[in-house]
Amino acid sequence: MSKAAFKGGVHPPERKEATSSSATQWAPVPGRLVIPMSQHLGAPCQPVVAVGDRVVRGQVVGTVDAMVSAPVHSPVSGEVTAVGPWLTAGGTRVTSVTIVPDAEQDLDSFVPVEGDDVRTLVRAAGIVGMGGATFPSAVKLTPPKGLDVSTVILNGCECEPFLTCDHRLMLEESERVVAGARIIAETVGAKRVVIGIEANKPDAIAAMQKAAGDGVEILSLVTRYPQGAEKQLIWALLRREVPHGKLPAAAGALVHNVATAVAIADAVELHKPLMERIVTVTGRVARPGNYRVLLGTLVSDLLEMAGGIVGEPGRVIAGGPMTGPALGDLDVPIAKGSSGIVVLSPDEAAPLVDDDQPCIRCGRCTEGCPMFLQPFQIGTQANRRDWTAAEPLHPVDCIECGVCSYVCPTKRPLLQLIRLAKAAVIAKGAKL
Amino acid sequence: MSDTSTGSTRLAVTSSPHIAAGVTCSNIMLWVVGSLAPAAVWAMISMGWPAVQLFALCIGSSLLTEFAWNAIAKKKQTLMDGSALVTGTLLAMCMPPMLPWWMAVFAGLIAIGLGKMIFGGLGWNLFNPALVGRAFVLLSWSGVLSKLPNKGWFATLDIPAKGGLDAISGATRLAVAAADRAASGGYGFSLAEQYQPLLWRNLEGSLGEVSAALLILGGLVLLAKGIIDWRIPAGYIGTVAALSWAFGSDPIFQVLAGGVLLGAFFMATDYVSSPMTRNGRLVFGIGCGLFNVVGRFFGPSPESTTFAILFMNGLAPLIDKMFTPRTFGWVKRDEE
Ligand code: SF4
Ligand code: SF4
Repeated sequence: MSKAAFKGGVHPPERKEATSSSATQWAPVPGRLVIPMSQHLGAPCQPVVAVGDRVVRGQVVGTVDAMVSAPVHSPVSGEVTAVGPWLTAGGTRVTSVTIVPDAEQDLDSFVPVEGDDVRTLVRAAGIVGMGGATFPSAVKLTPPKGLDVSTVILNGCECEPFLTCDHRLMLEESERVVAGARIIAETVGAKRVVIGIEANKPDAIAAMQKAAGDGVEILSLVTRYPQGAEKQLIWALLRREVPHGKLPAAAGALVHNVATAVAIADAVELHKPLMERIVTVTGRVARPGNYRVLLGTLVSDLLEMAGGIVGEPGRVIAGGPMTGPALGDLDVPIAKGSSGIVVLSPDEAAPLVDDDQPCIRCGRCTEGCPMFLQPFQIGTQANRRDWTAAEPLHPVDCIECGVCSYVCPTKRPLLQLIRLAKAAVIAKGAKL
Repeated sequence: MSDTSTGSTRLAVTSSPHIAAGVTCSNIMLWVVGSLAPAAVWAMISMGWPAVQLFALCIGSSLLTEFAWNAIAKKKQTLMDGSALVTGTLLAMCMPPMLPWWMAVFAGLIAIGLGKMIFGGLGWNLFNPALVGRAFVLLSWSGVLSKLPNKGWFATLDIPAKGGLDAISGATRLAVAAADRAASGGYGFSLAEQYQPLLWRNLEGSLGEVSAALLILGGLVLLAKGIIDWRIPAGYIGTVAALSWAFGSDPIFQVLAGGVLLGAFFMATDYVSSPMTRNGRLVFGIGCGLFNVVGRFFGPSPESTTFAILFMNGLAPLIDKMFTPRTFGWVKRDEE
């Protein structure tokens, strides 16, 4: 099988062995769940329950009448004990509904979502991009008029170190992944379905090939970060470049994460709302593994379930170590886009950056940048706060993959500087 | 197990990415010095005490200059980044062993002071600091240099009896070759016989010319470790070989003799003063090779490596500009 790849990138130590062979297991129902009203990009939901209300599993607890949004549901039956702001993994306080679950839970039953067509069901089920992008899936299933999506790509790269939740999903629920892919392709009228998986998961590739059947291609990709970034994945698989400022549909492609595809299949075939997801809990924890976690479970409770943190934690990351936010407070809820909780020891974590370090012009950041930017130059202009000089260097195109900061031998905080430049250039009115 | 309610307050909230590649500036510099070490140590063993002194003087002067500069400018000390150590070592490698001590000290002072610190320190210099130091010595004291016995203490022990090398005091094999070619269109010695000493124990010329084989070994280590890009040495050495052949000279001799190998593997590959774009590096390497050969065959002195690389250093920003790739996604209209 030929192996495709994008240009650039890095291959950090994978660190997946701790969890890649651990079968998914249910995390126990915690003592309370905190459901943020915004677990997606777009308009936040309004709570539709009040303190003291009884809720059942699958019941909508928050929704809003906006095009780009996704309702949230209660993953348990129980009682609403609080409605108010709560800190989320992203670092912002979001209106959240706290639910104390009943002692007895029947996780096999739920309030089904209603609808006659795929988009309505996907919307009602509250599905968002589960790879971390959290863009509402129903919106993605409605490509803009005039653009012909010929290929649906499922992203099974899981290129972030440590994470194995998508790997396990492809192994354990191969058929559901394929079912989701077919539904998506049918909905947008795509003729071709490609599932891209990094070559470091041969068992997942084999399982998916067995499940694939007619019209679904499984392609092996070179194991290199960020292979799973949307534009890079499209280029690697289709050799098509998504034009600056355009949607992937402009390149005739639509990319969904494999976990999103399963959620879509569940919504369409079983009318099941999104209430749980697989989360890789790994690093310095006593029992690393892949847990099927009820959305709203607090990270602190989840870590407890995994046997607790071993030793002094240096950093606790929500998601993968290349892009996920570091948590200052562990009482934040697992949300739809939470793919992992990674605990790094102080030595494993990147050193705290020192703004003073010079660029030695080694070229590693430019070689690694998957967007072909010159991160060192943007960094230098950002240090000078010279946004006019920064703009033609295209900081706006940065996908914030973190490769540049990762490779820099003098540990310049490149991505942080580029984020500054990006924000400043956008504020100046650059087109996204 | 940590108690999360108290544990959470200790957690660092930093921005992604949260992991970093192990390679740091100082370990890159140490690898460079380490790869030079076999050739350097062998040069000291072969040439004796003057070579040891030269290393001590060049490195000491480089380190001291950087230290003093930072101290006077009230800046953070930067010796630990290892770059001054690299400059000092390279400087010694491109000097003849009998260099007067004060010249070595000056070379270090100029290399670090004028070559690097005045631009703003590591990362901001346009030219390779070691070559700035060497160029300064060459230009300021060319008279003194040409009268130097260019052999170390032990050179007299095994001078090949062939070819009347002894007859030309102060001339290196390269100069002899050039002179012979000019005079008769041939060489005064058999070329193949020259490979052996050039590879292993050539005691005429600078410390970096003692063993081509050990320099190649060091270069291969840097390539294998991914510290230098093959495009620079390949472009450089390839061009020297091809052009030498085209000019009717022996390509292997031209590559092994003089400063080509030290230049191609260790000098032209200096990050700061070479291009960062891949194709730019190839062009840069080819340019170095071109000017090196042209200088050798048509210039005033056959030792043209220094100026070839310095000249290309000056062009590096321009070369990078030419080869900066188009941002991904910025496709032209017709491609859309
Ligand atoms: S500049 Fe942006 S896209 Fe390029 S490597 Fe850095 S974070 Fe990734
Ligand atoms: S990786 Fe760091 S040192 Fe190297 S060119 Fe980029 S910013 Fe400069």
